Amino acid sequence: MTTTTTPAAPTTAKTASTDFFEVGAEIKDAKAPAGAIEQKWSKRKFEAKLVNPSNRRKMTVIIVGTGLAGGAAAASLGEAGYNVQNFCYQDSPRRAHSIAAQGGINAAKNYRNDNDSTFRLFYDTVKGGDYRSRETNVYRLAEVSSNIIDQCVAQGVPFAREYGGLLDNRSFGGVQVQRTFYARGQTGQQLLIGAYQALERQVAAGTVTMHTRHEMLEIIIVDGRARGIITRDMVTGEIESHFADVVVLATGGYGNVFFLSTNAMGCNVTANWRAHRKGAYFGNPCYTQIHPTCIPVHGETQSKLTLMSESLRNDGRIWVPKNAADCEKDPRQIAEEDRDYYLERIYPAFGNLVPRDIASRQAKNMCDEGRGVGPAVKEFDEDGNERFVRRGVYLDFTEAIGRLGKDGVAARYGNLFDMYAQITGEDPYATPMRIYPAVHYTMGGLWVDYDLSSNVPGLYVTGEANFSDHGANRLGASALMQGLADGYFVLPNTINDYLAGSSAFEKVDESHPAAVEALESVKERIDKLLAVNGTRTVDSFHKELGNIMWEYCGMYRTEAGLIKAIGLIRKLRESFWKDVKVSGVNEDFNQTLERAGRVVDFMELGELMCVDALHRRESCGGHFRAESQTEDGEALRHDDEYAYVAAWEYTGTAQAPILHKEPLEYEFIELKQRSYK
Amino acid sequence: MVTYQVQDVSKDMSFLEMLDLLNEDLTLKGEEPVAFDHDCREGICGMCGVVINGTAHGRGESPVPTTTCQLHMRSFEDGATIDVEPWRAGPFPVIKDLAVDRSAFDRIIQAGGFISANTGAAPEAHAAPVGKLQADRAFDAATCIGCGACVAACPNSSAMLFTAAKITHLAMLPQGQPERYSRIKTMIATHDAEGFGGCTNIGECAEVCPKQIPFDTISQLNRDLIKSLFKKDGK
Repeated sequence: MTTTTTPAAPTTAKTASTDFFEVGAEIKDAKAPAGAIEQKWSKRKFEAKLVNPSNRRKMTVIIVGTGLAGGAAAASLGEAGYNVQNFCYQDSPRRAHSIAAQGGINAAKNYRNDNDSTFRLFYDTVKGGDYRSRETNVYRLAEVSSNIIDQCVAQGVPFAREYGGLLDNRSFGGVQVQRTFYARGQTGQQLLIGAYQALERQVAAGTVTMHTRHEMLEIIIVDGRARGIITRDMVTGEIESHFADVVVLATGGYGNVFFLSTNAMGCNVTANWRAHRKGAYFGNPCYTQIHPTCIPVHGETQSKLTLMSESLRNDGRIWVPKNAADCEKDPRQIAEEDRDYYLERIYPAFGNLVPRDIASRQAKNMCDEGRGVGPAVKEFDEDGNERFVRRGVYLDFTEAIGRLGKDGVAARYGNLFDMYAQITGEDPYATPMRIYPAVHYTMGGLWVDYDLSSNVPGLYVTGEANFSDHGANRLGASALMQGLADGYFVLPNTINDYLAGSSAFEKVDESHPAAVEALESVKERIDKLLAVNGTRTVDSFHKELGNIMWEYCGMYRTEAGLIKAIGLIRKLRESFWKDVKVSGVNEDFNQTLERAGRVVDFMELGELMCVDALHRRESCGGHFRAESQTEDGEALRHDDEYAYVAAWEYTGTAQAPILHKEPLEYEFIELKQRSYK
Repeated sequence: MVTYQVQDVSKDMSFLEMLDLLNEDLTLKGEEPVAFDHDCREGICGMCGVVINGTAHGRGESPVPTTTCQLHMRSFEDGATIDVEPWRAGPFPVIKDLAVDRSAFDRIIQAGGFISANTGAAPEAHAAPVGKLQADRAFDAATCIGCGACVAACPNSSAMLFTAAKITHLAMLPQGQPERYSRIKTMIATHDAEGFGGCTNIGECAEVCPKQIPFDTISQLNRDLIKSLFKKDGK
């Protein structure tokens, strides 16, 4: 363990924040073997109990989700010979939101001969996560990263290549080596299609049964073990029970708690939240990644936000007018000396390439000062009064066009410029783009051990849905790596350890009291939603929740704000159950009912996120607590008090949850404060 | 056919946000909202897609084809009446309103739209170099999002562009060679069995394809199909 010299955390002014939770027993990951970090994964694979190939087809694995983490796991476990039941809410497994990732996937291949190694990728990921991730998991992630590239190439993923026929790499996310593999701006799509094709091959082989347009609404726990799920057939409304020896949640992130995010419209927390309510701990829920280069909100009817790859910051210069009076002007009419290239001014060494969290927070600061640009959008201040604020900053390529020519810029960023023009109706070659941060990724998720098992036996969690690898901040090109690492290489080598004991499990079917209870609770919840018949739409509640979360649990968090947010969310929840209007019936293709169920769970999650953010009186990664900053306004960690994973245990709606701390021990990497000045 | 009036449509709204607005209004009036499929709303998941004023996905003023979610209301005249229909094709039965069942596409992929490479069995990624031109052509074909606009636009309801995109993607790569001439037979057989029609070289499919899958992938498919007829067991 390394000690650090960071100042002590500010003492709690009021005891108020501790009223919102209780502290329970510490937890520890018991599955990672002791010894050298390079040996841990091999050792664990050797020690894990095995399942005889001829017995595997008798074992049923439920996997919820078909993105990189779920689709890859379903295909791999199908190949291994298990009976896999795979579920997704979309009409095809190929639609999962992994498909939208643009930038690339990291791997420690060192094809560029630039000092890269497994250890360096491990080091960069832990540092990038602001020292709030578990060393053992991250090392393994770096270790299997090379296998992922091999696997994807074998499946026919068309990565970018050089003229010699070998794979091309680029530098991404502020690291100093070129280790990112990519397929133009559509890397996620190509990787997902690779996993999807492997999955469909297993569907044809009969090892995987696919259940599309099915949404998981509850988990079935028998004798403390996850033994099945309750789903709703989204076409007919039928509520079904499905049973298995083990359940895997690969259900993605919960960024849509903010209503506006770069997530797909259907992304939701329901599967995770239902598991949480039945005992699974939720790890670090407040860790949210807010991505700096998104297209700003156009107005109140905005339904989602679109990200543009942050590679744009390599050549674009970010600025706002020095004088608020200039904000309405055509940017081309604003003289050079009247522009504030604020990132270059504040961070001369890194300039426009500062990490995501810093770039995002400074954009917010500029707009809060009244120097934002673009249309003024309606929002509410702390007292609930309406106000209009310009939420945008310029991303200017004039200098780059001068240096590289328009064609040079088009060759690098053409698809992103086209996308921007399509959405805004403006020509970014002629006038600077406008950008603003948006919620992009959630580092938090269900707590898992080294085997990716939650604290509920038989419930595994992979990909963005778990909390494990990114700490308080995720590096670019690491999400795809984690999803595929979990799905192809980790889970298929750990789940056997659990399944080896499954022959002793009790037989369960529809008649089991636990299954009956789970099914009835789902029906009851649906009936209750349909019965309210109030005056407000589901979306209006979701938007209000999103406003609360964005204002108080977004880029800038304070104790008073978070306490206020908890109160507002509780009020909103009450009003939801009195006044929501869910039209139609259950026995139909009813998209309003789908959304209503998701918003119910988002409201509960939102409260937990605020409690988590409130209890963590330090700034780290994407979590910025105003009370914990350096003299010049930068994030300040408190390793002495907060170097732990916060794993929350559910105790009831609006009841104080129980905090279980998993201490983070840094055996191989020394803790340092990040500095980009 | 129903006609709805939607108020307060701004030019920056996307087409699907206009439908959201309509549905909010219908819900408050106690009427049934209009069902439509959508998810990522950034033109990549392939879940959305309706025929707008007779064109699959709608085109508006966009110089290139887009998905429905990337079409914005600035493409329409204020006060215009817009015709919206679901994809119309026998193999895509309507589920409700504007949502259709495209699972036939998954079954075409199941019939051979993959390279058989079990997890863990892969050789080193650089073991088989791929020429940049082949890699780029594979990529262009692989960008298909499986939205089904090609089928909706085709008078024969053919899914030949969809199938050809996958055939071409895998045929361009060394990893795709061992199964090249067997996959085409099984994929085409499934394509036909699902009820998709034959290709008569009309080209509407490529005209509406939001990912601009090249029309000549169909020529690639035809060449490979003919070759496959002379190969026993696809070898």
